[in-house]
Amino acid sequence: MSLISSLLGRSPIRPMQQHMEAAVACARQVLPLVEAMAAGDAAAIAACRSEISRLEHRADEIKHEIRSHLPRRFFMAVSRRDMLEILDHQDSIADSAQDIAELAEIRSMTIPEPMREPMLELVRRVIAACEQGERVVNRLDELVETGFSEREVARVEEMIGAVNREESETDALAERCLRTLFAIEDELGVSTLFWYKIIQWIADLADHAERVANRLRVLIAT
Amino acid sequence: MIPTRRISPARFRAPGGTLETWLFDIPIAVWIGGVLAFYMAWAIGANDVANAMGTSVGSGALTIGRAIVVAGLLEFAGAFLAGGHVTDTVRKGILDMELVAVRPEFLVYGMLAALASAGSLLLVATAFGLPVSTTHSIVGAIVGFGAVALGWEAVAWRKVAGIAFSWLTSPLMGGVLAYLIFRLVRGLILDSDRPMESARRYGPMFYFYVLFIIGMLTLFEGLENLKLDFELPEALMLSLGLGAIGGGLGWLFIRRVSDFAEDEEEEPFRHVERIFVVLQILTACSVAFAHGSNDVANAIGPLAAVVHVAQDLDVTGKSPVALWMLALGGVGIVMGLGTFGYRVMETVGRKITELTPSRGFSAELGAATTIVLASRLGIPISTTHVLVGAVLGVGFARGIDVLDLRVVGRILVSWVATLPIAAILSVFFFYFFKGLLEP
Repeated sequence: MSLISSLLGRSPIRPMQQHMEAAVACARQVLPLVEAMAAGDAAAIAACRSEISRLEHRADEIKHEIRSHLPRRFFMAVSRRDMLEILDHQDSIADSAQDIAELAEIRSMTIPEPMREPMLELVRRVIAACEQGERVVNRLDELVETGFSEREVARVEEMIGAVNREESETDALAERCLRTLFAIEDELGVSTLFWYKIIQWIADLADHAERVANRLRVLIAT
Repeated sequence: MIPTRRISPARFRAPGGTLETWLFDIPIAVWIGGVLAFYMAWAIGANDVANAMGTSVGSGALTIGRAIVVAGLLEFAGAFLAGGHVTDTVRKGILDMELVAVRPEFLVYGMLAALASAGSLLLVATAFGLPVSTTHSIVGAIVGFGAVALGWEAVAWRKVAGIAFSWLTSPLMGGVLAYLIFRLVRGLILDSDRPMESARRYGPMFYFYVLFIIGMLTLFEGLENLKLDFELPEALMLSLGLGAIGGGLGWLFIRRVSDFAEDEEEEPFRHVERIFVVLQILTACSVAFAHGSNDVANAIGPLAAVVHVAQDLDVTGKSPVALWMLALGGVGIVMGLGTFGYRVMETVGRKITELTPSRGFSAELGAATTIVLASRLGIPISTTHVLVGAVLGVGFARGIDVLDLRVVGRILVSWVATLPIAAILSVFFFYFFKGLLEP
């Protein structure tokens, strides 16, 4: 067998991007889910949940594929540890989306009127943050292609800054949701706890996207 | 001293009488040597050329058909024009010729044994898919019969140590050059405001560089075989001319690429890679030339020694390698390529699609420069190992996503396995040929 051909391993970058794509698709499904929760449409909630599990399952498959193809002996342009860590954060996006869908379906809950608008707004901004994170991951191949050129690094760092800004905006929106929630907590009773959880998980989506971006910042700086 | 059918050197060189009597006059040892050398050249063409050209096929720079034609032409040119120096080293640089001259027939048995052992090692290696270097097996085999059959002191150990040292330094040099070239490519082209424009501007310079360097290393006091002896000013002028022609051709080629990619600003790097596809055709050619110039010696060096003895020439002498031998090696390599090499090339090419043209270009340019330099200095090195070093060099410049470092281990294993096995086999074959040919 040829020495040259055994020298080159399979690049994990395309699979990383596919994984992020699947994870962000999970996050995107949270919008129809929350809309269904606002309408109290149990059938639509169930449909959203099964779509999210399908996407989450796909992300898992890609994750295992990537992990099994990154043995320690590889010498990589992008460090193996950074890659695996980014992969974990990406995966958390899919996992959080699944947690939300699970709880929404098992404990069929209809969003109380005052919380509808703030929650939908939060979800929209969270998805925007995730999509910005996806755009950063999609720049990975350009980064490697230019051999981490200064110009490209600067471009990606700017995109990462955008993820940071988006995320802090979602923080403010999540706080608004929580204030609304606690204002009506006496009416909601024990449900308050579950709404609290769901709002947190939604905010987590953007949080994980930000962690992906921050990890990438470290990676391109080294 | 040659056991069978002694002939006079004069008749051997200029045949008189019918072709038939001339053919019968050629000593049996030369026949055997010729056949074995041709087999070696064939095996080199079948196996090793794929490594040189596979990167270009893999990146889509060349189709298989074109790669075969290009490799065939340039392997032959490299062997024929620049293969003499390494051939001389293999013929008389590894053993102490002063000592060997006392019993030159032993040199004949030994060199036949070296060809036979390296050839059979290659056969086994190919069957089992082991990475065996032709260069290492020939050098190991010559040292083997020299040390055992002729005596420990018959081996020119200092020169052997020098060659072994070059097996470490040559991949290193290929790696460092490829690293620097890739940094240069990144700085000038990939990291510029308009990569396409920069590629168009600097591309022809690379053409100039390649042809100039190859020209200098080949022409400057390098073409004794062709009875052409260029002094420095002449060689410099000719090389500058070659480089200029190359630059012009490069400019033409690159212009054609850019023209129909102009409107697509969306993904600049994909189009820059298209320019590197054109540049990589050039570097693939230079690797083929370099490979021919270094590896032909593995087949022809031992044969040259046999023929020297058969012609009753002074084995210590500095007579140039006969052109017919270099041609024999060149033809053998081309035939190996045509009969088997294209299949190996296809396999290698399919497996290394991860190497994009700009990376392949950098690696090949670093490797070709190193190999041609070694050929000019008469050092037999492993072209494959230099290429591996060069690809690693690009990798260390953060140019390649994933490199499997097991390859370094496999190279070390191939060292450890190839050298002693070739040496032992060659001792065995030495006594075989001694028994067969001794009167």
